[in-house]
Amino acid sequence: MSTKASRSAARLMLAPAVILLLGWMLVPLTMTLIFSFQRYLPLRGGFQGWVGFENYVRFVTSSAFWPSVQATVIIVGGVLLITVTLGILLAILLDQPMWGQGMVRILVIAPFFVMPTVSGLVWKNMFMDPNNGLLSHLWRSFGADPIIWLSDVSMLSIVLIVSWQWLPFATLILLTAIQSLDSEQLEAAEMDGAPVLSRFWHIILPHLSRAITIVILIQTIFLLAIFAEIFVTTQGAFGTRTLTYLIFQRVLESQNVGLGSAGGIYAVILANIFALLLMRIVGKNLDR
Amino acid sequence: MGQIVLEQVTKSFGEVTVIPPLDLTIEDGEFTVFVGPSGCGKSTLLRLIAGLEDVTSGEIRIDGRPSASIPPAKRGLAMVFQSYALYPHMTVRKNIAFPLRMAGLDKTEQDRRVKQAAAVLNLTDYLDRRPGQLSGGQRQRVAIGRAIVREPAAFLFDEPLSNLDAALRVGMRLEISELHNRLKTTMIYVTHDQVEAMTMADKIVVLRAGHIEQVGSPLELYRAPRNLFVAGFIGSPRMNLIEGPEAAKHDATTIGIRPEHISISAEEGRWSGVVGVSEHLGSDTFFHVHQTGLAESITVRADGEVSFKHGDRIHMTPRDDMIHRFDDKGSRIA
Repeated sequence: MSTKASRSAARLMLAPAVILLLGWMLVPLTMTLIFSFQRYLPLRGGFQGWVGFENYVRFVTSSAFWPSVQATVIIVGGVLLITVTLGILLAILLDQPMWGQGMVRILVIAPFFVMPTVSGLVWKNMFMDPNNGLLSHLWRSFGADPIIWLSDVSMLSIVLIVSWQWLPFATLILLTAIQSLDSEQLEAAEMDGAPVLSRFWHIILPHLSRAITIVILIQTIFLLAIFAEIFVTTQGAFGTRTLTYLIFQRVLESQNVGLGSAGGIYAVILANIFALLLMRIVGKNLDR
Repeated sequence: MGQIVLEQVTKSFGEVTVIPPLDLTIEDGEFTVFVGPSGCGKSTLLRLIAGLEDVTSGEIRIDGRPSASIPPAKRGLAMVFQSYALYPHMTVRKNIAFPLRMAGLDKTEQDRRVKQAAAVLNLTDYLDRRPGQLSGGQRQRVAIGRAIVREPAAFLFDEPLSNLDAALRVGMRLEISELHNRLKTTMIYVTHDQVEAMTMADKIVVLRAGHIEQVGSPLELYRAPRNLFVAGFIGSPRMNLIEGPEAAKHDATTIGIRPEHISISAEEGRWSGVVGVSEHLGSDTFFHVHQTGLAESITVRADGEVSFKHGDRIHMTPRDDMIHRFDDKGSRIA
């Protein structure tokens, strides 16, 4: 790829992909930006003039805004906490030699292949249903009153469903990280008088720190945008309205495209701030 | 104190017996080297002593105490691993202090011992670096430092020099020997390199397939190898082994003669052959002589200044008092 001809040929051949990707990203982003400065109500008169930053002000001053930020933070934080903690434990467990290791690993990874909509519906109807759900049967078999999951502990329910989906991802990445740990290091620590817990704390956990940062980074970016799980279960009711869901409601339920677009731009900015922050942390971690 | 006694120790992994019953005594303060080809069970033996593997049967006594129920950390042994096994996220200081921290020593005492060890090992300037920023030799020294600070009853070395380049290996060999002279602690050293074994050991244990072939001082093994395996393993270049009529003249199935015990001449000698490759080391020259009618090739050591060319016909005379005789089972005939 050094001659002039081959370089321009390369550019020519890359162009379709680059143009497609740019278009895919830039067109919706630009449209969102344009809409966000308009008063645009498709079913109530359509375009009604430019309004400057009014949509932006209205979006953040609405009474639904801060609760939705809070809900987002709780869901992202809760899922990260559960998936990383359980992911580490599962990874250590799966790293032990055992019979049927390959089969068990595939089973552990399986939830990741289930579509979010499907897993939300399965959890809602087969596990958390107050009348026929497996969990309510379990509660009743102990003589307890079944929990009405999705309305009484709606936040916990959503966090559980999403955690179930993302646990395989965390486990998989952490498992490969654990497998790269030199067993002589653990033996050296054992000879040095470190009991099991100290070995975990001083050797295994620092070894995993890089993988953990990556898990947190990737999951956060995806978790900020979860939608299907909420849509098919609570529909944003009972305090489960996240920022993403709020934007959806503004655009499709209130049919206020301008207001929703302003929210969308906020979400883009927020996600980018977060991504940059995490990138710097990861970068620092990867330098070592 | 650091006397280690192995009594009828065996080790099997499932169906495979790695160590058949084995007895061995390592005296306090001795530098013992386990040597043998790869897969001979020498590392397994070391790990059994360390407690990283359980013995299948038999008993290991450290200072007279049966060790079966004592966990590795409590045996008072320190181990240096082949990969050094340093903790990559800790500085050199923290690496060396780790066993002390685990033992719950107070900070000032930890610091004092780390400084002392660092001074002994020339690591003082590197205490705040991480293992990734050190050279191979320095990492090796950190690993040794981590072993020293515990003031163990015995050191266990598992092929510690095999990842170093040749020049560094010679240097570290000296350093470890110096360390032993200074500390006078029992050391057990595993290697497949007979040069390391010869130069460092007070006592060499030659192992093959889990069996002890011979135990003795380096010179005992050199002068009187008990069988063909030890004869071939100890000494560099290898001893020449000759079978057939020439061996029969000495009432043996096989005779062995070391390259350094054969004199060489252009005119006359008991044996003759054609020079193949000659290796000039400066101080010595090794000739590989072919077409002798005795063995496929005979190695001869000569003075560095002797120069025969490829294809020259030369004559060789072995020193009769240096001929080792072995019977049909490969055992030495006294």
